[in-house]
Amino acid sequence: MIQSLLSVEDLSISFASEIKSLNTVNEVSFKAADQDFLGIVGESGCGKTLTALAIMKLLPSNAISSGRILFEGKDILAYKDKDLQKIRGSKISMIFQEPMTSLNPVFTVGNQIAEVLITHQSMSAKEAINKTIELLKVVQIPSPELRVNDYPHQMSGGMRQRVMIAMAVACKPSLLIADEPTTALDVTIQAQILELLGSLQERNRMSLLFITHDLGIVAEYASRVMVMYAGRIVEKSPVQDMFINPRHPYTIGLLESLPGKKGAKLKPIPGQVPNTESLPSGCKFRTRCRYVIEECHLKEPSLKPAGNSEHLSRCIRAMEL
Amino acid sequence: MNELLKLERTKKYFPVKGNRFLKAVDDVSFSVAAGGVFGLVGESGCGKSTLARLILGLMEPTGGEIFFDGMNVITATRHELSRIRRGLQIIFQDPLASLNPRKRIQDAVGESLLINDVVKRREIRDHVAHLLGKVGMDEDALGRYPHEFSGGQRQRICIARALAVNPKMIVADEAISSLDVSIQAQILNLLEDLRRDNGLAYVFISHNLLTVEHFSDTVAVMYLGKIVEMSATEELFNDPLHPYTEALLSAVPKPDVGKKGKRIILEGDVPSPVHIPPGCPFHTRCPKRFEPCDKEVPVYKEVKNQRWVSCHLWV
Ligand SMILES: Nc1ncnc2c1ncn2[C@@H]1O[C@H](COP(=O)(O)OP(=O)(O)O)[C@@H](O)[C@H]1O
Ligand SMILES: Nc1ncnc2c1ncn2[C@@H]1O[C@H](COP(=O)(O)OP(=O)(O)O)[C@@H](O)[C@H]1O
Ligand code: SF4
Ligand SMILES: [Mg+2]
Ligand SMILES: [Mg+2]
Repeated sequence: MIQSLLSVEDLSISFASEIKSLNTVNEVSFKAADQDFLGIVGESGCGKTLTALAIMKLLPSNAISSGRILFEGKDILAYKDKDLQKIRGSKISMIFQEPMTSLNPVFTVGNQIAEVLITHQSMSAKEAINKTIELLKVVQIPSPELRVNDYPHQMSGGMRQRVMIAMAVACKPSLLIADEPTTALDVTIQAQILELLGSLQERNRMSLLFITHDLGIVAEYASRVMVMYAGRIVEKSPVQDMFINPRHPYTIGLLESLPGKKGAKLKPIPGQVPNTESLPSGCKFRTRCRYVIEECHLKEPSLKPAGNSEHLSRCIRAMEL
Repeated sequence: MNELLKLERTKKYFPVKGNRFLKAVDDVSFSVAAGGVFGLVGESGCGKSTLARLILGLMEPTGGEIFFDGMNVITATRHELSRIRRGLQIIFQDPLASLNPRKRIQDAVGESLLINDVVKRREIRDHVAHLLGKVGMDEDALGRYPHEFSGGQRQRICIARALAVNPKMIVADEAISSLDVSIQAQILNLLEDLRRDNGLAYVFISHNLLTVEHFSDTVAVMYLGKIVEMSATEELFNDPLHPYTEALLSAVPKPDVGKKGKRIILEGDVPSPVHIPPGCPFHTRCPKRFEPCDKEVPVYKEVKNQRWVSCHLWV
């Protein structure tokens, strides 16, 4: 079997609480191949960011994780911090929703990108600055020779995200994790950034793990998608299959919540996501599910093929939907 | 047509450093009928919230007129002002910020009933319970505090509070933007029900084009403080006339596989509203600009039946 670039196996994450320890992320498994575009969707709090942080081994200190995360065949969770530093930023990079939180306000953007090159590629300061200007050009920042001396606050939100992307791809990582990178941006700027990420993916042959709550982005850009609900993957499939033939009631609910043409009544999912402490027995979606039957209360369904071997659903009625 | 709200060449200029002005809202005119939904879209900083504040009378315009229910919002007498306050309510993006954290829901919602003399003190509880029912919430919310609710529920509470004075119009400024899609859909349905049952009108402000398309009768697109295009929703979305509208619509990723349309990628960022480009304000990013665009300001006018545009392509 060909080894995957990334293989997440039974990842669970919990936060020690005084009462009991409950899994906020529960048995998440997936693989990403070379040059994949994998979308992760789900509403806020479903565990998307935690999953991404676990891959970077950047979970908050009070988080307890179990399972395996294999990157190029080696378990990230077992790495020493020193070895991890080497991978982070060079082989795996991550960009966030708000670039301001990851850029240092007291250094110029040029300095910050150059720093990455000096650390990971042992370039001289001069080489690094030249390469930085080149990178700023790649991410389409106008007059890069001048903007290289800007401080983050002198740039617009879209420009800052470009800087973050330049920094993230500086060492040509094989995996880029993008956590809602366009959520805070206007749509015309979002379109620019998505276009840029798409072209970088091709050019650098990297794999993208793209977290979003926007099903439109998934439909247009991703090749595969996984839908998360309450810390679980509830559906996973090639993108086409999920939109044409959704096999989980939650996915169906999300799609029917999207505003369509004028006049057509929306069919929202009733109620709201329960918090981790009050998740129901059996299927975690059953309290909001319109297909619920007696059996759903008893046992949590496993993620099983529904229709074809690449299309998985965590619903016992998947084939009837 | 029975006009409930009417703006005529409304302007708001903020003075900024160097004796300059930031033209946040410039020459905006439109009207909304009773029971109508007027959608307002545009990217951040284009002047949507400033316009909302002007409509509510929370800020004095630099020029132009605003009428609500036949009254002039700017020169209103005290009596008229209190009628306008009752007739016109607003809900915001962040319901938590607009609810007092130390006030129980009964008092938060009941407050405006008392201030506006809608009911007697002893009738408040029943009245608030009734209002909560209208927005799909239980009576047990009455004694609880804002932090005990989710974002969607808090927005319902804000809507209940707005409904307390029996308004004719609600200005919704990005009111569903920070909610998850399934909750957005719940609130949109609620706003729609209130329109059907109570004849409420809305100015629905959002940067999310898909929700605006779904909910509005008429849509106006703003760019750098000005309306660049306005028409009936279907026409604007099916056949945008202004190049900015066209680019904006094409930029929205569609949740529909196999339907990836041609995407128009605009260059650069929106220019600063302190240094609005000469000629057509959009010319610096416009893929269709031609000879007159960087010199002459296009006139905003009706270029086809009920279709308003400001662009040199439409003369
Ligand atoms: N440091 C933490 N301590 C306790 N709970 C946390 C912590 N970080 C995140 N959580 C909880 O984990 C859940 C999942 O969070 P997250 O992965 O950020 O969700 P998403 O990115 O899908 O919105 C949330 O309900 C959040 O409250
Ligand atoms: N009180 C104010 N003083 C100075 N400038 C302001 C003020 N309020 C808003 N602005 C500016 O006016 C422009 C329009 O802002 P706003 O109406 O909030 O836009 P939107 O709601 O469309 O994002 C922005 O450039 C903003 O910075
Ligand atoms: S298992 Fe039952 S409750 Fe869960 S999603 Fe499927 S039908 Fe609904
Ligand atoms: Mg997140
Ligand atoms: Mg605003």
